[in-house]
Amino acid sequence: MTTARLQLTGISKRFAATAALADVSLELLAGEIHALVGENGAGKSTLVKVIAGVHQPDAGEIRLDGELITVPNPAAARERGIAVVHQEPRLFPDLSVAENIFLIAPPTDRFHTISWGEMRRRAAELFEQLDVRIDVAAPVRGLSMADQQLIEIAKALAIEARVLILDEPTASLSSHEVERLFTIVRRTSERGVAVLFVSHRLDEVFELCDRATVFRDGRYVTTAPTSELTTASLVRFMVGREVSLFPKEATTVGAPILEVRNLSDASGFRDVSFTVRAGEILGLAGLVGAGRTEIARVLFGIEPRTAGEVLLDGRPVEFRSPSEALRAGVAYVPEDRHQDGLVLDFSITNNITLPILGRLFPRLFLRARTEVEVATQFSERLRVRMTGVDQAVKALSGGNQQKVVIAKWLAARPRVLILDEPTRGVDIGAKVEVHRIVSELAASGLAIIMISSDLPEVLAMSDRILVLHEGRISEEIPRADATEERVMFAATGQRVQAPAGTGASSVH
Amino acid sequence: MSAPQPQGGPVARVLGLLGRSRELTLVALMLVMGALVTLGAPQFISVSNLNQVTAMAAIIAIAAVGEALTVMTKNIDLSVESTIGLVAFLVGVILREHDLPVPAAWLVGVGVGLLLGIANGAVITIFRIPSIVVTLGTLSIFRGVVFILAGGKEVNLVDLPPGYADLATDSVLGVPVFVIVAVVIVAAVGLLLWKTKFGRQIYAVGSNEEAAAIMGIRSRTVTFTVFAMCGALGGVAGVMWGIYFGTIYATSASGLVLQIVAAVVVGGVTISGGAGTVVGAALGALFLALINNALLVLQLPQELLQAIYGAVILVAVSADALLSQRQRRLAAREARR
Repeated sequence: MTTARLQLTGISKRFAATAALADVSLELLAGEIHALVGENGAGKSTLVKVIAGVHQPDAGEIRLDGELITVPNPAAARERGIAVVHQEPRLFPDLSVAENIFLIAPPTDRFHTISWGEMRRRAAELFEQLDVRIDVAAPVRGLSMADQQLIEIAKALAIEARVLILDEPTASLSSHEVERLFTIVRRTSERGVAVLFVSHRLDEVFELCDRATVFRDGRYVTTAPTSELTTASLVRFMVGREVSLFPKEATTVGAPILEVRNLSDASGFRDVSFTVRAGEILGLAGLVGAGRTEIARVLFGIEPRTAGEVLLDGRPVEFRSPSEALRAGVAYVPEDRHQDGLVLDFSITNNITLPILGRLFPRLFLRARTEVEVATQFSERLRVRMTGVDQAVKALSGGNQQKVVIAKWLAARPRVLILDEPTRGVDIGAKVEVHRIVSELAASGLAIIMISSDLPEVLAMSDRILVLHEGRISEEIPRADATEERVMFAATGQRVQAPAGTGASSVH
Repeated sequence: MSAPQPQGGPVARVLGLLGRSRELTLVALMLVMGALVTLGAPQFISVSNLNQVTAMAAIIAIAAVGEALTVMTKNIDLSVESTIGLVAFLVGVILREHDLPVPAAWLVGVGVGLLLGIANGAVITIFRIPSIVVTLGTLSIFRGVVFILAGGKEVNLVDLPPGYADLATDSVLGVPVFVIVAVVIVAAVGLLLWKTKFGRQIYAVGSNEEAAAIMGIRSRTVTFTVFAMCGALGGVAGVMWGIYFGTIYATSASGLVLQIVAAVVVGGVTISGGAGTVVGAALGALFLALINNALLVLQLPQELLQAIYGAVILVAVSADALLSQRQRRLAAREARR
């Protein structure tokens, strides 16, 4: 038994009230490719950031080749030979490939100035080892995501990394590019590098990795050789927990409001069809990057579609801007409420009335009293905790901000409401309230599309669940048949071997 | 009310009040400065001196109101000084060479200002080029047009209708006409920002353009309109500039944009957009004009003027920043209770 290359013991990390990691452990051996799997929010990214020196653990120890170390910042991680390749490569697009690789420690000549020839020669050498042909003098801008990831791996080789962490590296690669990446990762591990492969894609875990560690809700679940695991057992480790807190109210589902037929966009999703009815909540499940948000952005007129059609109340519509979508009665609560959902400098009142000023005040001047009345009505209905409607939204908690965003769209009286991760980052109490509100909205006859990575939420709230995998609908599951395992199977692109007790898979 | 009442003794209370409003800070600073300068040079407070100061301040204030609108949307218009120069020169040429009634010439001037603003707005929004780049270009182009128009000659006061330049110092019921024009414009644009949909949209676009778009606001229309308004207000300022000086050179108003932007910033309009008032911008213009004048009447050495002027601006803005940080800390402490 060799000493572990990297040994993490009892790592804990809290952010404010939430425990992102609670007493987790992980062991990486030299020359092994080790998978770290878990649902969104399981703590994988936080652990990667702890190893990379981005976050400091609150408790626990890190050993590198048996030596106890601390990683106070990313530079320290690099010095110790820990390299991280992120899902989105973080390169400088205007600098050349070679400059990106040797940005921190460029080779110098005897005058201590940068030796450009030496830099290019060594960069080219690294790519030769990887058996990749790339012009090291060319700027990074314009290279494919796959090539950029290879540059990140070359960077790792350049510092003679002992540990290489790949964080969701295949999310934006084609299958051919994935194969090339895997070949290179295997070659790297054969040189004695310990590789940690963080992924959602279970098939890749089985194809590439020697062992797998499973996290769930910030806790360590198990570690096992992949040869002793099956997809089914791995999924069970990932999701095995109590289901459901927030049952949706029973509603009478009415006429179809929004029909989507064979819709595609430029890159995010293809050939998507579904219908949402009045009073219905349609859950959109899938992994990050499966195309869920892209569908919402096309439906709301932010991005153009490339094929297919959308019918609202049976009439074809094509929104070229959010204002057109809003006027037709489609509202969108975006995923990132700070970036897209709120004007943080504005008061609660001014945020709520912003989209409906034209309707509230058909004539020239605004009336503060009317605005305050509307804002008070909707913020009280949503139980926003505030000192008053003139409070700035940036002073509110995350959950209350989210309620303001929803209040804003309610005031606009939409017929279709698209919610993108409506409870991400809000505490459990606010979460329950948001669920109650969404449920009431459906009961009042709205057609609701709810995008969520929170499986219990999807299962509890949705009348039907549409699961996306790599931009396509992989399964449509009626509420009665939905289980976490089944959604997770579909989301990871596995075909369903109908579990005992439920009917055959029901793809409409 | 969310804003807490300032705590503590009378001094702390006054400081707290000032910290919450850049406008009040400026008024207080101007009063203090006026009193100090009057002690050293009594002629500062004379009617003729104050008329001179406020006439110039009115011109800058009107341009600063337009500039403030662009800055609120996270843009900037550097070309406004060339608009002022071009309009001032053009109105002079019209009055010299054509038999047009004076008000008609003024109207043409404002109309040309509007067209120049529309040109800026169109290039910025259609080609999506940063406004600082576009208006850097039109700054030169508009000035180039003045040179072509001038053909090496200036417009002289003697070419203009008799008594033309007196308008700059005329007053109604003791209030200079220029000041009345500026107050009317500040009030009108202030009302637009405070009480209309369009005003709200200007702040929303400047504060978070992406969010504004998702809320159905056409941010490019807002930006375009703001530049058109800035051009028209530059036209008004240009007409007044022509009246004030009478004699107009091809290079008139060169470098003025620095004063205009300084007035906007001193007036509390944040350079990153989304916040500020036109009242603040106008007060900023008055403040700068007063400093300029005070340095002259105090008969300080000429070579020091420029540096002192800059230093006073920095001191004023820093003082305000300190006061408002103090105010925010108080408010935060209040909120935690």
